[in-house]
Amino acid sequence: MSAPPRLDAPLPQPASSTAMLRTLGLVAGLCGILIVSAYQGTQEAVTANRKIALERAVFQIIPGAQRVDEYFATRGGLVPAQGNVPDGAVKFYAAYDTAGKLRGIAAEGAARGYADTVRVLYAYDPVRRVINGMGVIYMRETPGIGDKIATDSAFLRNFQALDASLGADPQTLANTIRVVKQGSKQHPWEIDAISGATITSKAVGRGINDSAGRLLPLLVPHLASLKEAR
Amino acid sequence: MSSPLTELRTAPHVKRNLGVERIMSHVVLALLPIAAFAVWQYGLSALALIITVIASCLLTERLCNRLGGVASTLSDGSATITGLLLALTLPPAFPLWMGAVAGFMAIALGKALFGGLGFNVLNPALVGRAFVQAAFPAAITSWVPAYAPERFSAFVPTTWTLPFMTPPDISAWAKAAVDGFTGATPLARWKFENVLTSPIDFLSGAVTASAGETSAILILLCGLYLAARRFLDWRIPVAVLASAALTAWIFQLMDPVRYPDPLFALLSGGLVIGAMFMATDMVTSPVTPLGVWLYGVFIGVLTMMIRYFGGLTEGVMYAILFGNALAPLIDRLTPPRVFGHPRLWSRS
Amino acid sequence: MSLPGPKPRSNLEELLEGIWKQNPVFIMMLGMCPTLAVSVSAVNALSMGLATGFVLSGSTLLVSLIRNIVPREVRIATYILIIATFVTVVDYLIQAISLAIYEALGAFIQLIVVNCIILGRAEAHAARNPPLRALLNALGMSMGFTIGLLALGAVREILGAGKLFGISLFGPDFQPWVVMMLPPGGFFVLGAWLLFFNWFNRRKTPVASDKPAQGHAHV
Repeated sequence: MSAPPRLDAPLPQPASSTAMLRTLGLVAGLCGILIVSAYQGTQEAVTANRKIALERAVFQIIPGAQRVDEYFATRGGLVPAQGNVPDGAVKFYAAYDTAGKLRGIAAEGAARGYADTVRVLYAYDPVRRVINGMGVIYMRETPGIGDKIATDSAFLRNFQALDASLGADPQTLANTIRVVKQGSKQHPWEIDAISGATITSKAVGRGINDSAGRLLPLLVPHLASLKEAR
Repeated sequence: MSSPLTELRTAPHVKRNLGVERIMSHVVLALLPIAAFAVWQYGLSALALIITVIASCLLTERLCNRLGGVASTLSDGSATITGLLLALTLPPAFPLWMGAVAGFMAIALGKALFGGLGFNVLNPALVGRAFVQAAFPAAITSWVPAYAPERFSAFVPTTWTLPFMTPPDISAWAKAAVDGFTGATPLARWKFENVLTSPIDFLSGAVTASAGETSAILILLCGLYLAARRFLDWRIPVAVLASAALTAWIFQLMDPVRYPDPLFALLSGGLVIGAMFMATDMVTSPVTPLGVWLYGVFIGVLTMMIRYFGGLTEGVMYAILFGNALAPLIDRLTPPRVFGHPRLWSRS
Repeated sequence: MSLPGPKPRSNLEELLEGIWKQNPVFIMMLGMCPTLAVSVSAVNALSMGLATGFVLSGSTLLVSLIRNIVPREVRIATYILIIATFVTVVDYLIQAISLAIYEALGAFIQLIVVNCIILGRAEAHAARNPPLRALLNALGMSMGFTIGLLALGAVREILGAGKLFGISLFGPDFQPWVVMMLPPGGFFVLGAWLLFFNWFNRRKTPVASDKPAQGHAHV
């Protein structure tokens, strides 16, 4: 390898404080420039990538959609999304067809699965008041077992008309969306689990229930303002 | 060999002619009735599986001998036993190529890597099974009915699956072969459907199970033979079975609706064959008198815990592997007291 | 680590060093954490190898360039700063190139910063060698690391999914070996490769000593 330290070599002179500060300052400045230029240089592509990925995910669960607008549902109403999500607000996506008509609402739900957080995107049909689509955005579940939530057709059928209507108290869902043992689904707000992948199935249900429970009370009173694309 | 007039030696002076080969040949002998019964229940597929797994184990053993540059150890019979035991723990219609993978892993990963017979930490047959359980979770839980009428004239379709290919779905085949076949083991039926299988079915072998785990009586008899010849430590199966039964009994006392009776716990799954033939593996079990009891109780209780609270329906395999891994530790904690020395735990 | 022989290494030898003789994965056993974690598919392995290679080459070059003005007392702080910078840059670059790969590699991109190959090379090689040699060595090490990851990723993808680089090899009837996609699969395949390399190296150079020339594993 490189030259080994020699025992009889003279000890190196201790560096002066100014030398140390100068070097660290110089390197830090250089690194700062590198990072900032990398950030500036890639920002456009990263944003475009995120948009494409988002649209692809939304179009998959809302057939017929052609464009996506991002919104925040806040206590004061719906505002176009910009920057970070404010406190108490929920981010959602309004999907429109070519004619600019609202096709559906999509939002993200997340809950702890078997290996890691499972993040799903679900579609909400504002007319029928049901969840009518689900797609997995991120998971690290066991291949061949947990990851069936993205492909198992029987499981995905749960999300054709999953009841998500608001109750007498418009601040909560009428019924908690919950995951039940495979084959025991009785109500439209229940999800049949995949046998052998109960933990992952439950994560999907919990993620959707939590997200819809926060989003829909804020969203439903203002649905009319979303009828046309902005 | 010319012997000197006087020979000075320390004890022992009297030896039994008891080598590895002799023990192993007796174990094989004791396993043969169980294998024969498995073939009687499940027919040609089980026979082909047993032959394939043993052949795979023997070939792997030879290959590892050659790579390691040591003399052949085929004749000590241990690879044969590993193959036979492994085959008996697999579903009878397990695809032959997967059986060969299991046999390869059992010998290569479970034994040869550690240095061969006597050095392995875990029971090789169970290492092989654990590997295919993790690799092919669907195939290893695909069961076929016992006493199918055509079992001696035709193979189950999954048996001859091409290597690396997915076995075909045989639920339709199995339903046609035996009326009312559910495709679930007694443990799975209890866990998911709360249906108990009758002890009569267990004794006649008319249950869905791994090839060699159905007939508790036959396994007990074969085990008794080995125990009588002192080729296995009777305390291990007694400790495993008694502690499992006791655990089952306690749970049943607490909630008789939810938990089955101890007899069901003993007869279902691979508890008896595991306790008799796998937990007793001389290499991977403890040697101290107290340690042997601890080890057996640990396996019995852990098996029931996995069955009752785990995601899997059967826990014998992992319980024994876990017990194997703890065996050296158990030995260290339970040295027999040497006369004149203080007790272990009184040492400060 | 050998003492320097009388003859300095040629540039080519410097480049080849990391690919075979000092392969970071199979010989030095450095960077085991990303090796085991992201090698579930060939694409992931290749991406991780390239990302690490970018950080390694960039930081090595920079460390070598400023090696004469960095006082010993602050050298670790300087190296860490430089490595962290390149990791941040590569993080943005991967996001710009493909979000799918970014999500698949997850936190392991940011964790390149603690990959001990990189700090190890900066301290052991780049700080004592001129830029060209440092860069050559870093490129060799990067290739060695990428090859190591690919060797794992390819086997795990072939057995675990029947594919290579996402292309199906055996048709739809292939039976995936689920375990290969799980963490134990990473250990099995790594162990098998180490076995192969040790066996191969020992066959080539029969050594009297029975001990394999193996370092300790680092994460």
